[in-house]
Amino acid sequence: MWVQAEVFLQTLVAGILLGGLYALIGIGMTLILGVMKIINLTHGQLMMVAMYIAFWLFTLFGIDPYVSLLIAPPLMFAFGMLIQKALVNPVLRVESILPHNQVILTVGIGLVLQNVATILFTSDYRSTPVDYASTAFYLSDLWAGTPVEISLSLPWAVSFLLSVVITVLLWFFLAHTDTGKSIRATAQDKDAALIMGVNVGLMRVITFGLGSALVACAGCLFIPIYYLFPALGSQFTLIAFVITILGGLGSTLGAILGGLILGVFESMTATYVGMGWAPVGRFVIFVAALVFLPGGVASLLKTRKLSK
Amino acid sequence: MSMLEIRKLSMFFGGLAALHDVNFDVRQGEILALIGPNGAGKTTLFNCVNGFYNPSEGQVLFKGQPISGLKPHKVCQMGIARTFQVVKPLSRMSVFDNVLASAFLRNPTRKGAQDVADEVLHFTGLWDDRDQLSKGLPLGKRKRLEIARALATQPEFLLLDESFAGLNPAELDVSIDIIRGIKQQGITVMIIEHHMKVIMAISDRIVVLNFGQKIAEGSPAEISADRQVVEAYLGEEHGA
Amino acid sequence: MKNNLVPLVVLAVLAGLPLLGLNSYVMHILILSIMWTLAGMAWNLLGGYCGQVSFGHAAFFGMGAYSAGLIHLHLGLSPWWGFLVSLPLVALVALAMGSVVLRLRGPYFVLATLAIGEVLRITCENLTDFTKGTLGIMITRTWVEKTQYYYIILGLALLGFMVCRAIVHSRWGYYFVAIREDQDAAESMGIDTTRYKTIALTVSAMLTGLAGAFYTNYMGYIDPGVVFSLGEISILIIMVVMVGGVATQWGPALGAGIMVILAEYIRSLPLIGVAYQTMFGVLLIVIIIYLPNGLVGDWPVLRRKLLRRGATA
Ligand SMILES: Nc1ncnc2c1ncn2[C@@H]1O[C@H](COP(=O)(O)OP(=O)(O)O)[C@@H](O)[C@H]1O
Ligand SMILES: [Mg+2]
Repeated sequence: MWVQAEVFLQTLVAGILLGGLYALIGIGMTLILGVMKIINLTHGQLMMVAMYIAFWLFTLFGIDPYVSLLIAPPLMFAFGMLIQKALVNPVLRVESILPHNQVILTVGIGLVLQNVATILFTSDYRSTPVDYASTAFYLSDLWAGTPVEISLSLPWAVSFLLSVVITVLLWFFLAHTDTGKSIRATAQDKDAALIMGVNVGLMRVITFGLGSALVACAGCLFIPIYYLFPALGSQFTLIAFVITILGGLGSTLGAILGGLILGVFESMTATYVGMGWAPVGRFVIFVAALVFLPGGVASLLKTRKLSK
Repeated sequence: MSMLEIRKLSMFFGGLAALHDVNFDVRQGEILALIGPNGAGKTTLFNCVNGFYNPSEGQVLFKGQPISGLKPHKVCQMGIARTFQVVKPLSRMSVFDNVLASAFLRNPTRKGAQDVADEVLHFTGLWDDRDQLSKGLPLGKRKRLEIARALATQPEFLLLDESFAGLNPAELDVSIDIIRGIKQQGITVMIIEHHMKVIMAISDRIVVLNFGQKIAEGSPAEISADRQVVEAYLGEEHGA
Repeated sequence: MKNNLVPLVVLAVLAGLPLLGLNSYVMHILILSIMWTLAGMAWNLLGGYCGQVSFGHAAFFGMGAYSAGLIHLHLGLSPWWGFLVSLPLVALVALAMGSVVLRLRGPYFVLATLAIGEVLRITCENLTDFTKGTLGIMITRTWVEKTQYYYIILGLALLGFMVCRAIVHSRWGYYFVAIREDQDAAESMGIDTTRYKTIALTVSAMLTGLAGAFYTNYMGYIDPGVVFSLGEISILIIMVVMVGGVATQWGPALGAGIMVILAEYIRSLPLIGVAYQTMFGVLLIVIIIYLPNGLVGDWPVLRRKLLRRGATA
């Protein structure tokens, strides 16, 4: 009985920690979706690139992945802006029969990134063996008589907390700076924003950069607690859009909740069904969201507000 | 007999009441004009009739049957066709194919559908443009293509949303003739229009909307004598 | 009249090719090209005509391939029966998928297709007892010679061609294009858009499944990493259509020929051989920007550009 409770609680904690990081990935995607109205299917690959940056900084110069938070995201910010300017913008102007050709474009970019990574770094699994990797806190240290034992790994806890901090910083940026307000205005109504004198083109470029920087942060937070290989990119792209759907396309708060839900759900699937099944669990929740809650969590938040 | 009954129809968008408690009937065989200033809720009413919107409150009855909540394609299959204020041509299809696609609704075979399409194209005067891509048409003809496509579904009831806006005088006359012809075929018409001259010329009755509410209903003569209407609507137009 | 003659002439030429005594490598290239033509035509029906972009045709391809492999593995049946088994199976999955995602507007369908290929791959890798997981399934090929395979895939592609052609010229085809061009307009014309999108998806999926079942029989070996692959199957199918011609009758055939030869060529290059998927990605990006409707689709534009260049030179 206690053992089962212990397993459950431990799984829950792990899920919430994972979910916090997922939220960060989801927010970046949601931001791009909101402003550009396109699903960025190279999101996970951008994270993978950031993770390689952090990995090599660690391996070559011994720079701690958390310190890379100051290096990789700015680089990816620039890279994201470049993608937007050099590739997405030209495609927006192209007249094509196929709808979603910007989305196909992002898939193409993802394919290139992933394969270039494979060529450069092989498909070997990498990790950053930081010396605090296996440090953990135990509930019994705080409360000797606890009936259930729960452990909290130090890097997981740090990554989670940092992702919360970054999210709060982002919120502050979007709510209280001129650029942030312009981005929100563009997302809400592009034409109205144009009339208000917002430089929509610039906002798009900045947003793609910002979304890339956010997912790069997630990458730096993931690398100490995860492993890395090129195909991780497509895996995380999938995760990112499941979160976005769960959250309700384009809602930041929805993305945070979506990330948490997915994190907990995956963690439960891994514990109770089997490690290899977590991706299938991800799909199950994706389908469930499409069937039962097409508007995502955001639609729940909204109806609550409307019905007073 | 009432073809269409609008019963206590309301449509809310967030806090905004685009339509509020609207009631009126459209009688079989008539041309009813729906007028009112921009943003009065005219297009919203069309959207509630043809199934794009599910009304927040109230009902729409077609030949006595409730149709609110039905999907647009079902409404169309029942015999209500519409045009769009902001035209929606199937851009990469020829004019003929636009109409043909519509004609398939009641004529599953290609031969049957082609006959209907031919007839509609002649009737709307688009026959000579039939092989053009629809995105290449000038606005006047794109407006007429909207009508042609709606007619090709062989409806009993036709909703025309500002089919005359932006037309030059010559095109206006053509369109007026077309609408009269439609009435002669026994199709009931509800038309949203701003041109007072056109309305007076073709409509049997007029319903006036303002801020989502019906403020008047009656014959063209009655409406043009109505103070409230003149203030809300005609006044605005004269002022502008 | 002339239009009806062209396919017959092409068919006659293709049917006569093996009589020339082509070597086995050339036959292999031809067989692969025709197989990808079939898959490309299938994708084109859904993506090009109906406007529903799928990133998950590997799901249907893989299901076809595994239908053939699994009946052999578990029931000892000839993998050729895979064609018959795959049809209802693939149709069922497509219908289920259509009823969930095609009623929604927005990017849901695109995302769902991307997910389904991956999920089937992972499921297949994990159900080791049933599918042998990443080990894959090996079958004994019926013939050593290529000629028989050539005629079989030619027959299947012909079937696919006729099916697509018949659909495109019928009510269904008009409805597909209407949906692609403007969904609101289509609905107000009485078209049940969900239903016709689902039809397009189902037909497209079934034809792709046939290509997959053929793949198993022809290659003799399948594993989840290949037949359910995003990069090697789903994207390749999209490229076949985008390079050749979106919403055109002959585009997929042209695109398939180009892509297969290109893939073989790049893979044969000593140093960049490993990078062929990168090349595909780059090519995809270039095509989207410069030739969004493919060689056949953008031919008028292309010709104008070439002529102008010729005139100024
Ligand atoms: N989908 C919608 N969401 C929010 N508001 C809408 C929507 N459709 C219409 N409205 C609002 O409803 C009002 C009536 O619009 P409309 O019916 O288009 O007016 P009209 O056709 O009479 O000019 C307008 O204020 C418009 O902004
Ligand atoms: Mg209007």
